[in-house]
Amino acid sequence: MIGNIRIVAVNTFREAVRDRVLYNLIFFALLMIGAAIIVGQISIGIERLVIINLGLTAISLFGLGMAIFIGVGLVFKEMDRRTLYTVLAKPIRRWEFLVGKFGGLLLTLAVNTFLMTLGLAAALWYVDRKLSPADANVLTAIYFILLEFALVTALALFFSCFSSPMLSTVFTIGIFITGTFSRDIRDFGALTRSPAMIAFTRAVYYLLPNFHNFNAIAAAGHGDAIPASLVAANSLYAVLYVAVVLLAASAVFAGRNLK
Amino acid sequence: MATPAIEILSLTKDYPLGHWRPGKRRSLDNLSLEVQDGEVFGFLGPNGAGKTTTLKLLMSLIYPTSGTARIRGRSILDVRMHREIGYLPEQPYFYDYLTANELLDYFAQFFGYSAAERRERVARFLEEVGMTQAANVQLRKFSKGMLQRVGIAQAILHDPQVVFLDEPMSGLDPIGRREVRDIILGLKRSGRTVFFSTHVLSDAEMLCDRVGVLVAGKLQGVGAPSEIMSLEVKGMEILADLPAGRELPAPLAAHATAAGQRYRLQVPEADLYAAFDQLRAAGAKILSVTPLRPTLEDYFMRLVENQKAASHAIEVSVR
Repeated sequence: MIGNIRIVAVNTFREAVRDRVLYNLIFFALLMIGAAIIVGQISIGIERLVIINLGLTAISLFGLGMAIFIGVGLVFKEMDRRTLYTVLAKPIRRWEFLVGKFGGLLLTLAVNTFLMTLGLAAALWYVDRKLSPADANVLTAIYFILLEFALVTALALFFSCFSSPMLSTVFTIGIFITGTFSRDIRDFGALTRSPAMIAFTRAVYYLLPNFHNFNAIAAAGHGDAIPASLVAANSLYAVLYVAVVLLAASAVFAGRNLK
Repeated sequence: MATPAIEILSLTKDYPLGHWRPGKRRSLDNLSLEVQDGEVFGFLGPNGAGKTTTLKLLMSLIYPTSGTARIRGRSILDVRMHREIGYLPEQPYFYDYLTANELLDYFAQFFGYSAAERRERVARFLEEVGMTQAANVQLRKFSKGMLQRVGIAQAILHDPQVVFLDEPMSGLDPIGRREVRDIILGLKRSGRTVFFSTHVLSDAEMLCDRVGVLVAGKLQGVGAPSEIMSLEVKGMEILADLPAGRELPAPLAAHATAAGQRYRLQVPEADLYAAFDQLRAAGAKILSVTPLRPTLEDYFMRLVENQKAASHAIEVSVR
């Protein structure tokens, strides 16, 4: 079981690397170098804040782009090109294949994020000539970003099991945006004083992934401590949510007639 | 009695006509079939007959509307069954960013071989399909024929007991076809069961212990190619030389083709002796007389024609 998942995951990672997915690192590196040089010349004691905010936002956006645009094609492409036929004729269950694809993309994102983190650390070192203990918060924020990637990848994979990449992209981005503002949506619903609206916005708040909780970029920038309880809660939430989404994706995929 | 290698029990597959169109199209209609261990079975039929649908059902790539099947006694839904089978899809397409070596190594991993075993197997099977030279070339650079060969290699890489090949000769040149025929015969010699679909009848005649003919989703007949071909004698073919300056009598000329003074005549069996008399009277020297038997192709075409006459399409309406 684990063996089959690992085999597919490693192959998915290899596919991403050979498709030059990691080339985005060049753009990230250029962004960090440019930012470090400019910020070093013009800012007035807020260099670290700017670099951390910019770096973490870039890590998040680059990764989300990869998670969505590669994620929606993970299964669809295999079905469309019929590469899946020979794989599924081997002793592997469909859900193992699916989880393997998920794991492969997550591994790609993790490696990508790790390399970007090194770039961010280098930029911080350039502007301040030192790394402080408060920078550990940056690592926590990056961990939250990785959890966010896992959620988005699982959602993209789920949609790609039954819809085209175009629609899957729309659905995933829609859920990501709604999930980011789900707390505001719930509060807005409460303001309307309409029981139906309150129930609806609450349902949105509880059903969709709450991406707001994963955003610790501002806290990391200001050197504020991120409580361990939040780390534990976010980890548990992400693991459970991903498990449920992958379970749903497996159920859909298991029953599909491949064209 | 020994368990059949393949046991297909009333397999039926309907496809919806479309998202917004009610009704269904029957692609496979109540197919029942048994293939014994060690047999080479040819699955014949025109395009759209349901051959690929059958193979996809057996691989659980699609699911039956009704019916079931067992391979070596195991349900087709049992993933353990896949350890004992190999499958080549029609017009296979693989990960084009991998080399042939990497692709086969990837597939071999699902069978739990060690790295050393995988290296040995991959090299051996690439050699068997004549692809050693291209082992380290990315599949995106492969021709259709080369992909077909790699496809065959991945289907037999783990020494499966039952091998399913969907149009294995497709896209291959004459040398490639002969090599695939040799591979199939090699599998047969080693006691494997081979189930392959084809519309190239000469391949089926040459390789198969038995063939099944599928037309419009329905199995029309199953038997040894020789049984099917020896059903009847269509007529007699006479090869005869005529002396220079002599002409073939008019009634025979209608049935003859000539190359110089050598004539090839095809006459009904009942008219054979009358034809001899006329040839003798014309001074002809009879070189050979051969009975004309229907080929598998004739049998196949006759079934297709009968089917067309009976119904243009099989459609099941739910309205």
